[in-house]
Amino acid sequence: MLGNLIQQTVNALTIGSIYALIALGYTMVYGVLRMINFAHGEMFMLGAYVAFLALSLLVGDVGMSGALALTAAFLVAIFLVGLIGVGIERVAYKPLRSSTRLAPMLSSLGVSLSLVTGVQILAGPQPVAFPSFFPVVRYQVMGGTITLMQIGILIAAFVLMFGLHVLVNRSRIGVIVRAVSESRPTAQLLGINVNGAISMVFFVGPLLGAAGGILYSSYYGIMSPSMGAVIGLKAFTAAILGGIGSIPGAMLGAFILAFIEVWGTALLPIVTNGVLGTEYRDVLAFAILILVLLVRPAGILGEAVSEESIVYKREF
Amino acid sequence: MAAVDTLATARPRANRTISWLVLAIAIALIVATPFLPNYHVRVLNSLLIYILLGIGLNIVIGYTGLLDLGFVAFYAVGAYSYGLLASPQLGLHMPFLVILLVAACLGAVTGILLGIPVLRLRGDYLAIVTLGFGEIIRIIINNLDWLTGGPQGIARLDKASILGIQIARPIDFFWLLLITVLLVGTVVWRLERSILGKAWAAIREDQDAARGIGINTTNAKLAAFATSATIGSIAGAIFAASQRFVSPESFTLQESVLIVLMIVVGGIGNIFGIVAGAAILILLPELLREFAEWRILFLGLLMISLIIVRPAGIVPRSFGPEKLIRGLFGK
Repeated sequence: MLGNLIQQTVNALTIGSIYALIALGYTMVYGVLRMINFAHGEMFMLGAYVAFLALSLLVGDVGMSGALALTAAFLVAIFLVGLIGVGIERVAYKPLRSSTRLAPMLSSLGVSLSLVTGVQILAGPQPVAFPSFFPVVRYQVMGGTITLMQIGILIAAFVLMFGLHVLVNRSRIGVIVRAVSESRPTAQLLGINVNGAISMVFFVGPLLGAAGGILYSSYYGIMSPSMGAVIGLKAFTAAILGGIGSIPGAMLGAFILAFIEVWGTALLPIVTNGVLGTEYRDVLAFAILILVLLVRPAGILGEAVSEESIVYKREF
Repeated sequence: MAAVDTLATARPRANRTISWLVLAIAIALIVATPFLPNYHVRVLNSLLIYILLGIGLNIVIGYTGLLDLGFVAFYAVGAYSYGLLASPQLGLHMPFLVILLVAACLGAVTGILLGIPVLRLRGDYLAIVTLGFGEIIRIIINNLDWLTGGPQGIARLDKASILGIQIARPIDFFWLLLITVLLVGTVVWRLERSILGKAWAAIREDQDAARGIGINTTNAKLAAFATSATIGSIAGAIFAASQRFVSPESFTLQESVLIVLMIVVGGIGNIFGIVAGAAILILLPELLREFAEWRILFLGLLMISLIIVRPAGIVPRSFGPEKLIRGLFGK
């Protein structure tokens, strides 16, 4: 029982840290542009595919081996996907900045569709086995099994999130991004390079999403062109749960969602006496999403409801 | 009349030419359909179903300005209404028209049930909630094996018949769908011109101002959701009857996105735009069948470039049914 408890907790932490990496991208983009980037899940997918490509090039053509090749492939992939993110923003979202709020979202739907089919054409629609980035080592902790991979994922995710924390809170770039997030017109009046800040966000967000994709594919040993959709939606749920626009909120939301999912999936068949089984895992995530939006749209750590993010009240 | 004609500049004349051209193409297509091979008729049928879906979703997206990404849920409600009420699954074999009525009511109820909680939300949150709702419905259908047959779906649905006339061949469905599209299209067009339609437009342009001038925005939005859901559900029931098979595969998120895409490509808020959008998105992939996946990539890129270059869509918003009628019959 205790072993099971420990194991499920570690599972939840692992999945939660991956959700967190993706959720950060949603929340940062929403912070500066007030836009839901439907193509963000595809950054997660691209991360896995670019890393796979980089790895096969590094091992096959350059002749690198082992941990060095894996680390290099990881870094190259997240950097490249970051650049892709910046490029997409320039082409598909920037021309729409003064348009309606719906326009960039529709455009991001188009980007998402194009990326999924693009990868399908280039790499085939079927799922592909993904190499493990960590050696298979199992530890027994009080009856529960924890793998080295899980520890590795946790460490990688925490290093990246700590890096983001430093970038946002302790660097000049962070000040600029936060200023733009606070109020774009004011930032512009103060002479801040708004386009630079937005590009920065579209570099860092996809970079973290790609890292999440690589870790996720490595964890489950598989990748597919359509893997971004559901995970993207869950990460978005996490971002909303924590309070969209808030960086610590996204992380908190991701872990809460992962815990609810892991524990909920374990408990659901017991509580409902087998009527609702583990296949309702995704329903659970969406139900939470809807519930949070209805009960507390600002999320757990969301800023106080401002003029712009006000939720329409009922008739008086 | 003559005076009006001489006063008329080149534009109304161009409008007249276009109107007659549109009518001629439509009539030619309708007259030619019975002589087409079955495969082509099926493609036209799927085109008509998508036009019906587009007309339904357009009420929410185009008229009221709310982004609904879970429209496929209502389509599924209608399809499974037929699947359950006219198949050996539950041993029920109700007549087609009765099921159509049931599906329409169920659609409206689902629309209102979804609408009540979510319509308080802002545009982008609404998009995500409806998306989640669509997925929830699909997952539930997929897992409720004892009722819906799970991923295998329900097969051997009854042949549809209306007042003793059997509707089984693709061409029968073509006539049924054509009549439905014309009927629904006319009703929705008139609805758009009604007081309710003007309330929708007011909400789309500025919700606060709409409330300020005394529009009950919640009720107007609910009406939009219910009408849209009813049409989606009717389309679903006809779709199930024509396929004689339903499975969750037909109701994925991609399907919702495709319908949104259709509206955006054709021209948001315009019934003729939906026809054009559906024609491009449904017929073009059929013509380009050999290019398989490239066509979806093409659609995605088309969507991005259209939103940037021509956000109003291919058909101008002004070219609606009135303009056509005016072009055909005078003034």
